[in-house]
Amino acid sequence: MRNRFLSAMLLSLFAVPAFAKLQVFACEPEWGALVQELAADKVDVSVATTAFQDVHQIDAKPSLIARVRKADLLVCTGAELEVGWLPQLIRQSGNNKVADGPGNFLAATQITTLEKPAQLDRAAGDVHPEGNPHFQLDPNRVLKIATGLAARLAQLDAANAATYQQRLADFTARWQAAIKRWESRAAPLKGRKILVQHVSWVYLNTWLGLEQIGALEPKPGVPPTSAHLSSLISTAKDENAYAIISAAYQDQKPAKWLSERTGVPVVVLPYTVGGDAGAKDLFGLFDSTIDKLLGAAK
Amino acid sequence: MKPIVLVCVAFATTGVTAVAEAQEASSSGSSSLNAFNPAIAVILNGQYAHHSLDPDEYLRAGFPLAGEAGPGAQGLSLGESEASLSANVDEKFFGQLTLSVESEDGQDSLGIEEAFLDTTALPDGLTLRVGRFFSDIGYLNSHHTHTDKFADRPLPYQAFLGGQYGDDGVQLRWVAPTDVFVELGGEAFRGQNYPSGGATHSGVGAYTLFAHAGGDVGVENSWLAGVSMLHSKTAGADDGFTGTNRLYIADVTWKWAPQGNTKDGGIQLRAEYLVDDRNGVFTDPDGVISDQDWTGKRHGWYVEGVYRINRLWETGYRYDRLMANDSGPFASGFDPDRHSVMLTWRNSEFSLVRLQLSRDHPNPVDSDTAVSLQIQTALGAHGAHKF
Repeated sequence: MRNRFLSAMLLSLFAVPAFAKLQVFACEPEWGALVQELAADKVDVSVATTAFQDVHQIDAKPSLIARVRKADLLVCTGAELEVGWLPQLIRQSGNNKVADGPGNFLAATQITTLEKPAQLDRAAGDVHPEGNPHFQLDPNRVLKIATGLAARLAQLDAANAATYQQRLADFTARWQAAIKRWESRAAPLKGRKILVQHVSWVYLNTWLGLEQIGALEPKPGVPPTSAHLSSLISTAKDENAYAIISAAYQDQKPAKWLSERTGVPVVVLPYTVGGDAGAKDLFGLFDSTIDKLLGAAK
Repeated sequence: MKPIVLVCVAFATTGVTAVAEAQEASSSGSSSLNAFNPAIAVILNGQYAHHSLDPDEYLRAGFPLAGEAGPGAQGLSLGESEASLSANVDEKFFGQLTLSVESEDGQDSLGIEEAFLDTTALPDGLTLRVGRFFSDIGYLNSHHTHTDKFADRPLPYQAFLGGQYGDDGVQLRWVAPTDVFVELGGEAFRGQNYPSGGATHSGVGAYTLFAHAGGDVGVENSWLAGVSMLHSKTAGADDGFTGTNRLYIADVTWKWAPQGNTKDGGIQLRAEYLVDDRNGVFTDPDGVISDQDWTGKRHGWYVEGVYRINRLWETGYRYDRLMANDSGPFASGFDPDRHSVMLTWRNSEFSLVRLQLSRDHPNPVDSDTAVSLQIQTALGAHGAHKF
């Protein structure tokens, strides 16, 4: 009797419920939020990183292996952003469902990237052969990714396919209206010159017409040095820079140092969902980003 | 010095060519012949060490030096450099080959450190590995030395595993579908390499069992712990042992970092405890001493703490200790121990310079004060490292 009880206990530990929800592992908060928009409570989403972490540099932690093990679908940026940890998570988890094929959704495959290097040399810093992977701040690309993601959700979870399509239509309508709103609000930003901490703003710049005149990192992924920062003082002054842009997860010291010497304000943007109080979801992320950029004029 | 330079240049050239090829392949689409070339990563190492005690005079009480145990080379040396090739074979297999170059007493040796296949298509979190590979026992054993935080392996790894136990074998491991990471596995090995030897039982001389568990405590803390056992029937191991050898390992790792950004700050603590239990005889490899019984337990442990100051700098302290058997061929009442401190400067994810000072008491009479300076680089494919 006791044996039967024990084995029942063990079975209940490992058994998968017959009508289990689709388990989604999102590498970054923006894709977790996008899954939430498209699937709401039809899936369980687990987000691997926070807005205060540098997603280039994540440890392949045991907790993440356990989460990948249980996943039916990975939703990640791709373009080698997660090259230092995601392949390790997939290999250690032994979960072949998400290694490739339908269970592996990389946002970068849905869009074209910018800044694809013509030449690959690590002497140029942490360059990504597949282009700049920080494209979550271009709402038009986000919409394309949403379309591909909804199709993928429908493919993996046919029972809820209608819900995903209906929610995509709803999201698309709200998103397109929001893009119009954001673009008209951000019109005064066009042509403004900015300095950035890391080259993670090219998509936002291209969308809003901001002009990047320098980066605090001497090369991508190389921490700012005092010599390089000093050289930016004259750039910032001569070119009448509008703002120094930093992400919530970055160390603000170098930006503040430069700001004190140039009078150019530091604008700390949320960068992804959860990066500040306003960025509760994808809409809030863009609302807050534009609010803060406009705020630099005051 | 000359041969070292030659080796480096040869490897550097290979690496550069490989990167150039990969680049060409990606820019010209996927039609080129080398588009399916495996990912190539090359680790280059250069080291200078000064030991106050001549490494040739070094004797560790209770623990004969086997495998890669010992104080390491005096002066300039290549250290351990390696080239690794890996790729998916097809939809069911992943393969990796790691070649290592070592220079010992003026002799360069090129070894096959790892050559294995992993299945990628088994269901339910199961992975089967066949070939030559490092056992998953303990924490450090499965990690390549270039990911270590210190310039050399801790004393218990040197004493009980010859630095690192790898052999020809087969491994099955399973990750449980639980919220807390749980991994169970077992291995069967040929039993050729220390602490095993002689490839007994028709070439299936060693077995292992291991269990690892891990998780997070909030966003800023992560942990990993494990228990493992290595059982081998040994005939004429490097230290002269013939008989049954059981090695038990318990390991625990804790990492804390502000916001979980471990590359920008934080503390990493690790401890491992090893016990070997032998039942057999000692046969002197040099034939000087006559055979005698070798039974009983020996213990060893280490603790290390590493403080990551920022993206560029980290510093750490390690204490390791061995406890010898009080009977048998290496009976000793003295416990060898060592203190080490290190300071590492990381120029990027791909290069580091490490300064390490250590004070080692290998026997009741001697002590060895060592200083080493190490330069280590990784070129080619971007590595994805274990926790």
